[in-house]
Amino acid sequence: MTSRHPNTQHKSVIDADGLQSLIGVLRDEGYQVIAPRASDDAMVLGQVNGIEDLPVGVRDEQDGGHYRLVPGGGRALFEYGPGPQGWKRYLYPPEERLWRARRHGESFTIEEDSQSTDKYAFLGVRACDLRAMEVQDKVFDREPQGDPRYVARRKNAFVVAVNCARAGGTCFCVSMASGPRAKDGFDVSLTELIDDDRHVFLAEAGSKKGVELLERIDRRPASDTEMSRADAIVSQTAESMGREMIADAEHVLARNLESDHWETVADRCLTCGNCTLVCPTCFCTTVEDVTDLSGAIAERWRKWDSCYSMDFSYIHGGSIRREGAARYRQWIAHKLSFWHEQFGISGCVGCGRCITWCPVGIDITEEARTLRDGEKDL
Amino acid sequence: MTPLPAIADAAEPMVPIPFRIERTVKNLSDTFTVDLRPEEGRKPFHFAPGQFNMLYQFGVGEVPISISGDPQDPETLVHTIRAVGAVTQAMAGMKRGAVMGVRGPFGSAWPVEAVEGSDVVLVAGGVGLAPLRPAIYHILANRARYGRLVILYGARTPRDILFRAELEKWSSRLDTFVDVTVDRASGGWHGNVGVVTKLIGRGGFDPDNTAAMICGPETMMRFTIQALNDRGVSNERIHVSMERNMKCAVGFCGHCQFGGQFVCRDGPVFRFDRIEEMFLVREL
Repeated sequence: MTSRHPNTQHKSVIDADGLQSLIGVLRDEGYQVIAPRASDDAMVLGQVNGIEDLPVGVRDEQDGGHYRLVPGGGRALFEYGPGPQGWKRYLYPPEERLWRARRHGESFTIEEDSQSTDKYAFLGVRACDLRAMEVQDKVFDREPQGDPRYVARRKNAFVVAVNCARAGGTCFCVSMASGPRAKDGFDVSLTELIDDDRHVFLAEAGSKKGVELLERIDRRPASDTEMSRADAIVSQTAESMGREMIADAEHVLARNLESDHWETVADRCLTCGNCTLVCPTCFCTTVEDVTDLSGAIAERWRKWDSCYSMDFSYIHGGSIRREGAARYRQWIAHKLSFWHEQFGISGCVGCGRCITWCPVGIDITEEARTLRDGEKDL
Repeated sequence: MTPLPAIADAAEPMVPIPFRIERTVKNLSDTFTVDLRPEEGRKPFHFAPGQFNMLYQFGVGEVPISISGDPQDPETLVHTIRAVGAVTQAMAGMKRGAVMGVRGPFGSAWPVEAVEGSDVVLVAGGVGLAPLRPAIYHILANRARYGRLVILYGARTPRDILFRAELEKWSSRLDTFVDVTVDRASGGWHGNVGVVTKLIGRGGFDPDNTAAMICGPETMMRFTIQALNDRGVSNERIHVSMERNMKCAVGFCGHCQFGGQFVCRDGPVFRFDRIEEMFLVREL
């Protein structure tokens, strides 16, 4: 097979060997290839060296407070939904040293950590998570003060998206207009096509880097049938999606900051912060200053934080958000409403992780709907 | 309007720059002031009244502190600090010659240029006088550009009156009205007793042409705004300085969020009509 179509709009077909060589080419280019792997009874992100590291035939069951890996996907490599981790843990690690300082008598000097040289290729990024990257870009890649580590990692990253062939149990990307089709923000996107006698991927380049990568892989042009089948798969996923975010969540939340409903949610919410950790856009951090035993070296570490902790809003005299109701309100109102004001986009991408991983199954789509419906009763 | 001074090393906003302590003054039992100079070879430190810095105590931590010095003297960076937590208590023990880390300046400023031509009413509670002092210096240095200048200050007790000598000096000027009140009087105090909101209206001002700037506890600010509204000052003429937990000061850490505002970046000084609705929501 030869490649005569450097056009980014062009779609081609690769088989399992092609996917294997895609991973190989990325590794040859110095990328650390990261993909979901079945581990600890969940889809956990980790390094893959070839397709043999990808989960075969694994699906997931997701519902409020419920996650199970189950068989049933046959030969499929990508028939599961979003796992507990977002890709942010690579672009914006849970713990990162910002600098180290050395004391000299009364003074000190700062030894800055060098710029990140991490070079990641993300394999199997779903449309919701592409949106999540776009959302975090608005947070961290800003003039005049961006976060240099995030910006460097993001610039170095190669993104292989996968169009979803099944709607996960808690997904609602259709109503957030973020999926299930990967529209942009990827270098290469794949749609998995499985028949009785073949297992191929419709591949589409989304960037110059993506075109160049596909040119190095054994492939053939996609037929019209294959392209329409890929479309049908994604449409079917969209149609079978069970959950939906209300249309005007931004304004509903803004109008309901003093609703009685927050107390009702607080009766269930454990303020554990799971939703903030699994959310692919939550970006809050704290800093920790540490010293060595001699007191000559000091370091500052940045660590993921959660708006559900009491410390989060602490100022002299006490925490601003003492009640659980105020902390849940902060999270959901920030995500669905304040985010628009701050970054011109919703902080929610419709991945459903916060619903799945909430120990008591609080559903962000339900809470928003309840607030809206409460307005009708007034 | 003049653009606000911003952090010098924008490429790495999280790295503190060492500044040497030139002088320390103990203002009150729990409050002290440090004069800082950049280590040799560093540029002068320009800031606008109302802006703040992140101050770093080696190995202990970092805190957001408003700048309390004179914006016309960029050679000396002045901070007035109340020792209430681990970091500020460690800072209280610092002597002349010691080094502190500085990141900044950050945030919005009192609109001292925009309000030229109007009467100015400054209302402070407790250590809230410190973030207003640069505005006072600026107005006094350009006194002819403003109408009446009224400074109203409330402290807990006579022993908690910050910058007392300066308040007395400003009070002695014929072009400045200063009044001070305390919550609880002790022996020898012959001044006002009661909340600072009781002073609103003293000194006189034209409500249609008055700019108010307020810094203090939120409850004090709420009642001060009410008293100003009662005297006809509208919310778009009132500015407040907000306090929130801050870890980064550049809008990344999320701690200072106040509705859709990042207090570190969009504040700390806000025109009140822009945050009015959120200001009254409990625990937002």
